[in-house]
Amino acid sequence: MKKDRRDFLKLAGCAAVAGVGSSTAFHSLLRGEAEAAGLKRAGTKKDKSGTRLGMVIDIQKFIDNRDLAQRCIRVCHQIHNVPDFGNPKDEIKWLWTDRFEHVFVKDTHYRQAQHLQGMPVLSLCNHCDNPPCVRACPTKATFKKDDGVVGMDYHRCIGCRFCMAACPYGARSFNWRDPRGMDEHGRSFISEINPEYPARTMGVVEKCNFCTERLAVGKIPACVEEAAAAEAMFFGDLNDPDSEVSRVLREKFTIQRRPSLGTYPSVFYII
Amino acid sequence: MYGSGRIIPALIIFVGLMTFPIWYNAGKAQQPPELVLPSEYSECVRDTQFMRESHMVLLHEWRDDILRKSGPRSGVTASGMQYERSLQKGCMSCHYDKKNFCDQCHDYTAVVPDCWACHLEPTKEAI
Amino acid sequence: MIEKALQGSKGYWTWIACLLAVIAIGGMFYVQQWNYGLGVTGMSRDVSWGLYISQFTFLVGVAAGGLMLVLPYYLHNYKEFGRITILGEFMAIAAIIMCLMFIIADLGQPMRALNVLLYPTPQSMLFWDMVVLNGYLALNLVCGWAILHSEYKGVKYANWVKPFIYLSIPWAISIHTVTAFLYAGLPGRDYWLTAILAPRFLASAFAAGPALLLIIALIIERNTLFRVGQVAKDKLVTIISYAAIINFFFLACEFFSAYYSQYPSKMYTKDYLFFGLEKDGNIFNNLVPYMQASVVIGVIGIAMIFYARSRKSDILLGISCALIFLSLWIDKGLGMVLGGFVPNPMGQVTQYYPSIQELGITAAVWATGFLVVTLLYKVAISVKLEKEL
Repeated sequence: MKKDRRDFLKLAGCAAVAGVGSSTAFHSLLRGEAEAAGLKRAGTKKDKSGTRLGMVIDIQKFIDNRDLAQRCIRVCHQIHNVPDFGNPKDEIKWLWTDRFEHVFVKDTHYRQAQHLQGMPVLSLCNHCDNPPCVRACPTKATFKKDDGVVGMDYHRCIGCRFCMAACPYGARSFNWRDPRGMDEHGRSFISEINPEYPARTMGVVEKCNFCTERLAVGKIPACVEEAAAAEAMFFGDLNDPDSEVSRVLREKFTIQRRPSLGTYPSVFYII
Repeated sequence: MYGSGRIIPALIIFVGLMTFPIWYNAGKAQQPPELVLPSEYSECVRDTQFMRESHMVLLHEWRDDILRKSGPRSGVTASGMQYERSLQKGCMSCHYDKKNFCDQCHDYTAVVPDCWACHLEPTKEAI
Repeated sequence: MIEKALQGSKGYWTWIACLLAVIAIGGMFYVQQWNYGLGVTGMSRDVSWGLYISQFTFLVGVAAGGLMLVLPYYLHNYKEFGRITILGEFMAIAAIIMCLMFIIADLGQPMRALNVLLYPTPQSMLFWDMVVLNGYLALNLVCGWAILHSEYKGVKYANWVKPFIYLSIPWAISIHTVTAFLYAGLPGRDYWLTAILAPRFLASAFAAGPALLLIIALIIERNTLFRVGQVAKDKLVTIISYAAIINFFFLACEFFSAYYSQYPSKMYTKDYLFFGLEKDGNIFNNLVPYMQASVVIGVIGIAMIFYARSRKSDILLGISCALIFLSLWIDKGLGMVLGGFVPNPMGQVTQYYPSIQELGITAAVWATGFLVVTLLYKVAISVKLEKEL
């Protein structure tokens, strides 16, 4: 009888410890951490409070300005010290163009408008509202900020490349070799270094940061600024009904890349 | 003791080698490094003692605050001087002579921070 | 006990020397990778995981496979496995060590690996993988060593070991489930995004692990007085063949879903792996010979293992196990990870070929695993023979 009671007490003790432990873990998962990963709102609609920075790209305007896309890419890569290795295997890109039918993968589409076929379309990190890369990162080296930007901390990145596997947009690049090195002809991979912004080191992942360093000083992203004259790109708070992006989104028909994946991209395209 | 003829001399050699840096440097006083301080300024963002001990902690705080919480990019010292919370754009704008400032102490204490793998040193023109 | 690993025949020391040589060569390649970066590998922006991660994934399976020996013995009191459970536990130790080495080899910043502990992130499957893999390594070290040591002293193992043994059983399932979850939770990768991935991983693990173990056990039988026992062998054959058959059944289920539904993104990778994928007039098929061979070899292996049992032929048994192991290695240690990156998010195809350095480092990690297995098995077999003879 006495033994039974002792066993019962042991069992009850273990159960209590397990219960407290798991509920604490569960709560920590549901609060802060999970929120940053977007787990809390997975499958639900994003609530409209707070800031959510977003971008609209009018691809028609890029047809009218043939070199505009390249100008945007150049300014982006120049101010962010993005290296150019000159080969696709090591390639690092924050902002780039690809053919329309690649950016919007539609190989079951029998025939589409002639002018869209093969047309170069700008693509970049979508700064998803429910980013799979943030969910995957084992160190919180990539994270969702309050303003909606998906940021990167290159100091913390261990280079596991889980985020690259997780990103459905191919927006992430890895430093396969030292970006501050030179090729065999003595050409520096970063041709013109911008002393206002750091470079990266070998073995970390990098991507577009929505020019968070420019936003902090009241500027708009460099590519948007470059495209401003042509009115080809718009930037602002998607949750603010009076912002320019909100106005454009209200007026124009826009599409997004792979919307069915539930990532809620913050980059929209006017076709 | 079995094999003492080999073990004891081997132990002596091992201990000797392990302690080599201690007795090699014994009696030689190392000169603490003399840092070249910027002549234009008389105060840093915090007092000297704090900066000497904890500048790396401060840099990490700035980094995490700015990167993750969109914290302010500049700060103000107690005496009202404004500064940029940035290694590359803040610290190095005064302490541009990295060789005679950062490296001096880091060499002396034998620490190898990897800041400069990414962050850019001030160029010759800046000095 | 450990001194038993330091006494061996000439053949034993030659084998160790060979392994050390391979490790040394791989070490030199790793120095090159350390200095130049992961650019020395064949990996690229599009195929951002290669041989290292695919080997890691496969070896988690080998480690989990040890469960098929531990479970019948400890949970069902199946006495015939008494002699070989320790081999299962020690093989799991070697496999996990290899897994961890492959992860480190794959990291861009290996010096920062402990950031995973410094900034624990429960929403990341990789964080949990780190937890379960290290936990499983610890469990097997504790259980394996404690049990062998008590055997060495001729007593039954202490009672405190029991909870750890029981814990190691669900834990083995967890390591491979979490490893499958690394892949099966990514919305943009259709080949991996399948609920059957974890069950399929487990099925292939429960075939590949015991198959490798049986091959090694047969080699030990040839060279020492150690005997696995016919009943245990027959039971292992049953386990291996059923697990392999279930694995192929799951593969067939994957094929049915993709090709009957005609859902394009579910077909692309299977086309690429098994038949060749046509894209803008080019055919991409560099893995097709391997993947087709994997199926053929697997089917032959399963047929042969039944025949080997009926004939009680150890040679045939060894060959059929080797075939099954090879089949599963190609399927999971090659196609599973590499296939997931085709097509890339832009719908394009980049084919991956490992570099010499990558192959050298991979060989060195395998050699390290074999070295660990050799040393641990040497100790285990010596202890067992000492007690039995």
